[in-house]
Amino acid sequence: MQRFWDDPLNWGNAGIFVAGAIAVLAVVILFVTYAIYFERKFIGWMQFRKGPNRVGPLGLLQTVADVAKLLLKEDTIPSKADRGLFILAPVLAFVPSFAVLAFIPYGLKLQFADLNVGFLYYIALSGITTIAVVVGGWASNNKYALLGGMRSAAQMISYEVPLVMSVVGVVMMSGSLNLRDIVIAQEGYFWDWNFLPQILGFGIFVISAISELNRTPFDLPEAESELVAGYHVEYSGFRFAFFMLTEYIYVYAIACLTTLLFLGGWNPPFPQLDFIPGLIWFFLKFAFIVFSLFWIRATFPRLRVDQLMSLAWKVLLPLAILNIFLTALGIELM
Amino acid sequence: MIRTEELLLNVGPQHPSTHGVFRIVVKLDGEIITEATPVMGYLHRGTEKLAENLNYTQIIPYTDRMDYVSAMTNNYVLVHAVEKMMGLEVPERAEYLRLIVMELQRVASHLVWWGTYLLDIGALSPFLYAFSDRERILGLFNELCGARLTYNYMRVGGVKWDAPDGWIDRVKTFVKDMYVRLDEYHNLVSGNEIFLARIKGIGQYDAKTAIEYGLSGANLRCTGVDWDLRKAEPYSLYDRFDFDVVVGKNGDCYDRYLCRLGEITQSLRILEQALEQFPGEGETMGKVPRVIRPPAGEIYVRIESPRGEIGCHIVSKGKAEPYRLKFRRPSFVNLQILPKLLIGENMTNMVTILGGIDIVLGEVDC
Repeated sequence: MQRFWDDPLNWGNAGIFVAGAIAVLAVVILFVTYAIYFERKFIGWMQFRKGPNRVGPLGLLQTVADVAKLLLKEDTIPSKADRGLFILAPVLAFVPSFAVLAFIPYGLKLQFADLNVGFLYYIALSGITTIAVVVGGWASNNKYALLGGMRSAAQMISYEVPLVMSVVGVVMMSGSLNLRDIVIAQEGYFWDWNFLPQILGFGIFVISAISELNRTPFDLPEAESELVAGYHVEYSGFRFAFFMLTEYIYVYAIACLTTLLFLGGWNPPFPQLDFIPGLIWFFLKFAFIVFSLFWIRATFPRLRVDQLMSLAWKVLLPLAILNIFLTALGIELM
Repeated sequence: MIRTEELLLNVGPQHPSTHGVFRIVVKLDGEIITEATPVMGYLHRGTEKLAENLNYTQIIPYTDRMDYVSAMTNNYVLVHAVEKMMGLEVPERAEYLRLIVMELQRVASHLVWWGTYLLDIGALSPFLYAFSDRERILGLFNELCGARLTYNYMRVGGVKWDAPDGWIDRVKTFVKDMYVRLDEYHNLVSGNEIFLARIKGIGQYDAKTAIEYGLSGANLRCTGVDWDLRKAEPYSLYDRFDFDVVVGKNGDCYDRYLCRLGEITQSLRILEQALEQFPGEGETMGKVPRVIRPPAGEIYVRIESPRGEIGCHIVSKGKAEPYRLKFRRPSFVNLQILPKLLIGENMTNMVTILGGIDIVLGEVDC
């Protein structure tokens, strides 16, 4: 891909970029479809249920049917809602979530945009989704939606800070923000991967990431037992589908990021296993993280708003700063 | 200064955490509740008034529909009141059957509470585990009386159906399994840090307040008051069994949680003993006149339901129908403390506190 970026833009290049974007979109939609299916299946098994098993063989087409239903539904906009913002919010949420996928490297050569700012690009774009959530909550003209939107603004802003801080250690160790360079710096045995030397940073990153994703135990913006559905309570049909899609694309992005930053990306755990392609290693690690997210969802209860905030500012942030200090000390001493 | 407005939020009657058609109008300052007004009556069916035109056997199915999570104890309080008024003898086998179903019902009811409470707090799986166990109890009831929720099982003077073959053994197996399951539940939930952070010290009140509000059941015992009608005023056969009254100390949601789970263990202990002592044969229906006409007078009878003290007050004029029938419903009385507990809490704690009281709307509205 890199070659095309360096060439001047012409019709040929543009066509390849569009084709590439469509390919990513296809992959991501496929991922979201089956992530939802497997989430329901796994949680079903954990709860002694069967999960979806009616539509298609083994229920494999369940999500397809659900999406088709959402797309065919009547498009309802509450009469007292702020029409323009109400329509804008799902789009505003979805676009950045899809744009962050551009810079993720799946292998040494397989990457769309080789950005030197890498991780910062992700943080910058994912911040826009927060605005979309607040806008959606506000525009719905519903009190539950407003509370949910406000909660999620507070939560996402709070957790972005420890999220960024926890990655600083990794960046210091590899000396680059570029994700490809970060992965290359982790080559070797699995104890060379960042999650062991950066165990503190890894923990903080995972906790903050789950919170960024609004997933259990941090799913307060849509805490259904209190706020019914949170910011998207008034959304239905394909607008709701867009919010849902956004959420799962971020799951995809965060799982990719965790793999790249802490689990050695496409590197095998032992260099002897090099004959297995890097893409498979990448996928295995990625799948493990996605599975862990489902697992946590089936196990844990939800935190309270005030506890969530104090966890971010009083526990995670100081720990992240301590992690930076320890990393600096380690680099200096070695 | 930022100018902020209070938000008037209508929680319910359609809301996932009000456990039915209960409604609270809360005034919110940010997320802090400054005022809470409960509104009830959405499920009022006039049971007490209807009962004035029905004979006593016909009233029994109406009691099923009050506290529909614990219908057996409701059955019992009515038939027990009538029997006491008429001085009827109940055969031992029938009384054992009643006691066994009541204790099974207590386990089932606390399981429902446990599952839905954790659902309120945001944990998904315990709900399904609890309901799969409750399902076994409902299956046992189904074998016994053909119904799974509204049993209409007890009659004045005995029970309608005898236990089918092998039923007692199946209950024994269930009790044995339930001990294991209960341990697993404790392992899964009771020590979870998030769970403890959510419910420890929330909705706290002391014994004096609890008594002033007339609370009963786990809501009273969580403050350390040792008051269980099965021990304090033994009815049925409860004086024959060895069991403990589980009391808490701090009067918060966590102690209420421990009290209820402890009560499951105690119920299982009672069940074990009752199943051992169960008479091999005998009548299930005592000698009862064809038309039940309690003598003129009044009676108030109270027993321990899973939710607290359920009472039945009958005023009879010597006719086949009661002149006036009044139920003291523990859910209704326990709910009265809610507005006091909610002030100064946030939305999340509102759900925790309401769930901790353990109300059933059929009983609140009656």
